[in-house]
Amino acid sequence: MSIFEYNGSALVAMVGKNCFAIASDRRLGVQLQTIATDFQKIYQIHDRLFLGLSGLGTDAQTLYQRLVFRHKLYQLREERDMKPETFASLVSALLYEKRFGPYFCQPVIAGLGDEDKPFICTMDSIGAKELAKDFVVAGTASESLYGACEAMFKPDMEPEELFETVSQALLSSVDRDCLSGWGGHVYVVTPTEVKERMLKGRMD
Amino acid sequence: MSKLEFDVPAKGGFSFDLCKRNEMLMKKGVQPPSYRKTGTTIVGLIFQDGVILGADTRATEGPIVCDKNCEKIHYMAPNIYCCGAGTAADTEAVTDMVSSQLQLHRHHTGRESRVITALTLLKSHLFNYQGYVQAALVLGGVDVTGPHLHTIYPHGSTDTLPFATMGSGSLAAMAVFESKYHEGLTRDEGIKLVTEAICSGIFNDLGSGSNVDVCVITKGHKEYLRNHLLPNPRSYVSAKGFSFSKKTEVLLTKVTPLKEKVEIIQSGEAMEE
Repeated sequence: MSIFEYNGSALVAMVGKNCFAIASDRRLGVQLQTIATDFQKIYQIHDRLFLGLSGLGTDAQTLYQRLVFRHKLYQLREERDMKPETFASLVSALLYEKRFGPYFCQPVIAGLGDEDKPFICTMDSIGAKELAKDFVVAGTASESLYGACEAMFKPDMEPEELFETVSQALLSSVDRDCLSGWGGHVYVVTPTEVKERMLKGRMD
Repeated sequence: MSKLEFDVPAKGGFSFDLCKRNEMLMKKGVQPPSYRKTGTTIVGLIFQDGVILGADTRATEGPIVCDKNCEKIHYMAPNIYCCGAGTAADTEAVTDMVSSQLQLHRHHTGRESRVITALTLLKSHLFNYQGYVQAALVLGGVDVTGPHLHTIYPHGSTDTLPFATMGSGSLAAMAVFESKYHEGLTRDEGIKLVTEAICSGIFNDLGSGSNVDVCVITKGHKEYLRNHLLPNPRSYVSAKGFSFSKKTEVLLTKVTPLKEKVEIIQSGEAMEE
């Protein structure tokens, strides 16, 4: 049994026209038993930066707390929010520091950078960054998500179309994965607002 | 007063505090995670005016392609580039680290970096970690002493060669080099040969794929040809695209407007004492 299959997760982030969407499933399980159906996997770091953490739940929460600490220190020193590219480098450095005893997490970072240009990125558990221009996926359902996103993605989608695409990709992929699902949580971020939606999915 | 352990930024280097817990998990039968590798075909050759480096652009996580267009030719110095194969995090971290060390060295000495400096820094780091940092590199550049091409293996051994290949596709690429390489290649012949070698890796090795990146380094000048050749375009994309007739059911929606960033322009007179 792989350590990533202990809790189960599905995360996806997609780029649209001057906006991005980040979505996750809501299950927390202990191998094959579900113990929560409202587990938070996407965290907001600041107004325009979201972090999703898949993999082992305890490492995800610890890593999130360490990152929030570092970001708050940065805000105090620099008197501004961290850019998404900088944050991605910070996460990569924190993960690589533990190269020989890693955190069992795969982060997905999504944010609006300079001039409201969307930025998405994912990493493996030791910090190898993958910057994509279209979509990134992580979690136990990642293989299905790769397929679904590859087929459904179109460049330059408007926020409503992007939401529909991300939701369909997420729900169809988690339906084929036993360890993730129980609904979906989607954030669509544009320069003016953040729309958070809870999706109705199969509860099995 | 109790000793508080702060999460201050470490002085650098690796931290081993989670090792005990991970070992305990492994004893309980949990498999360690697989890391993103760069499968890869990376090549380098020396031509009459300098060095040409080439790489494919596929990054794999087990049998899945996680990145179809990643960059494997890393910048080390304005006149030195390095291709990396092996564990992606290791190649990126080790080349970034040596690149910053080279920049500090340039500031210190006021001179252009030499390829053997980068070579020595890389090999001593890799030897120090006895092969656990799995980075196999092809380092090439042109400095005051001329063009150089080296290969560095994960345990820290190096070779100095006129043409070199590394990665899972190295045998396919080496076959092309061995039959077609000769001394005194021109720039165009060199680029053509490198492209052919990488294509041989892309089409015959399962760990390599997608596009060809080429980097040409000559004295005082470098040219990074990102996606020089795209032999695998997506020709099957439907023009209609995906349309969803049945919309997703939403349970609840929460809209948070974002504050607009206000810029304060300093104006007005200074306060009177």
